Amino acid sequence: MCGIVGLFLKDRSLEPKLGAMLTHMLITMTDRGPDSAGIAIYGEDRPAVSKLTVQSETPDQAFATLEDDLSTALGGPVTLRRKDTHAVLEIPRGQITPTRAALEMIDPTLRVMSSGDTVEIYKEVGLPKDVADRFDLRAMAGTHGIGHTRMATESAVTTLGAHPFNTGPDQCLVHNGSLSNHNSLRRKLRREGIHIETENDTEVGAAYLTWRMQNGATLGEALESSLNDLDGFFTFLVGTKDGFGVVRDPIACKPAVMAETDQYVAFGSEYRALVNLPGIDLARVWEPEPATVYFWSHADTSTPTEKAA
Amino acid sequence: MQTIDMDSTARRDLNATLQAQAEATNQTAWEIVNPKGSHAIAVGLDAPIEVTVKGSTGYYCAGMNKQATVHVAGSAGPGVAENMMSGTVVIDGDASQYAGATGNGGTLIIKGNASSRCGISMKGIDIIVHGNVGHMSAFMAQSGNLVVCGDAGDALGDSIYEARLFVRGSVKSLGADCIEKEMRPEHLSMLTELLARGGCDANAEEFKRYGSARKLYNFNIDNAY
Repeated sequence: MCGIVGLFLKDRSLEPKLGAMLTHMLITMTDRGPDSAGIAIYGEDRPAVSKLTVQSETPDQAFATLEDDLSTALGGPVTLRRKDTHAVLEIPRGQITPTRAALEMIDPTLRVMSSGDTVEIYKEVGLPKDVADRFDLRAMAGTHGIGHTRMATESAVTTLGAHPFNTGPDQCLVHNGSLSNHNSLRRKLRREGIHIETENDTEVGAAYLTWRMQNGATLGEALESSLNDLDGFFTFLVGTKDGFGVVRDPIACKPAVMAETDQYVAFGSEYRALVNLPGIDLARVWEPEPATVYFWSHADTSTPTEKAA
Repeated sequence: MQTIDMDSTARRDLNATLQAQAEATNQTAWEIVNPKGSHAIAVGLDAPIEVTVKGSTGYYCAGMNKQATVHVAGSAGPGVAENMMSGTVVIDGDASQYAGATGNGGTLIIKGNASSRCGISMKGIDIIVHGNVGHMSAFMAQSGNLVVCGDAGDALGDSIYEARLFVRGSVKSLGADCIEKEMRPEHLSMLTELLARGGCDANAEEFKRYGSARKLYNFNIDNAY
């Protein structure tokens, strides 16, 4: 089943409340996905800073000297902000690739949940309410974010099987549905040199988008070609530095509801997830069309770009 | 008028109360407030009562309805009025996927648009949509009428048996074995009555009728892969 939520703010005065609003939406979707939950939140864009979110099974040990070790390896300032099993590493902008290489040397058991300039991804096994509490998601500010509650059907219930999946710098994906050609596609992508860690179907979907973009496609183009190359059911919500995008497979069995007001654009697997948003009674509420890619971007908040695939 | 507030009443209690209304109840008018997209509101009713839901509903509102009139003053989630037997369900806003699925009787009126698979496997229900319907509407429809005042999406009436489909606007594509048929006088009078019942401001002569070519009734080896 799974539940997806997303919130894109147009009204900057709501930014301090993004975490609280999105967390409420996420918890409402608990009965669609009680086994794991995750959230990607896009915060302030500080010009000199990039960020990696890392996760560890043994955080006390792993994070104890990580700040100093990484700072030494990079030869520049690093700050580490720990939240439960996750830590956000703030590094000089543009240092993502050397940081990944350094982390591999320092502690190969660390898992990189996200990398980019503004995104932070938190995800764990457990009820959405508990996951939200562990990471204090309600207190987070930001411009936009997406979240996911998981009811696993295709692979094990693990931290790495939870969504969102990072697909590239400041990009991530959440998925409701199931992909049926993920095994053959995984083999193909691995031959192309794409790193895929788990047996999870959505990770393959995320890796597919990464691979297409590495080969010159825009995110919009990658999403459009996914309609031909991915077999199965999906409603995808993708986060980018500027906003988010939505695409549903042509059969569109997996639900999707959108609401838009002057203050925000919101996405939910069900209307229930949206009922506590301000002004929802007067919002324009609709279902995104099948096989159509939609984007909302802070670069142009006036109209969504919509492209029939 | 009895009012039930879903902020303070559990859904099972709400449905049990409505289901307990007898044929001759004198409590005929009910109002449900704060539905907030909850699932399975006002399902399995079997009494001539009028229920108004003040807001939008989630999955399976008014499922299996008999006799009752359920009015959603908002939009409805997937599977509204699924397997309705009789009575009337009115949606002021839009309806999500498979509205009126497998309905045996009664009338479903959707004043906005209906999403995909509207009237899938309908078995006698009348569905009247003021706006558009999505893809695969009336899939495997067996009996009843689907009236669409707007446009229909892809594969309308795929594998249809004997239901009548009336569409005023465009049809993106017809499904397997669904064809356009002539509008005879009896269809015009039937559609005029349906439009009046649905409160539609439309003229029956503006519609086209679609139905089964009856080529899939019997096994034909040429249709096999």
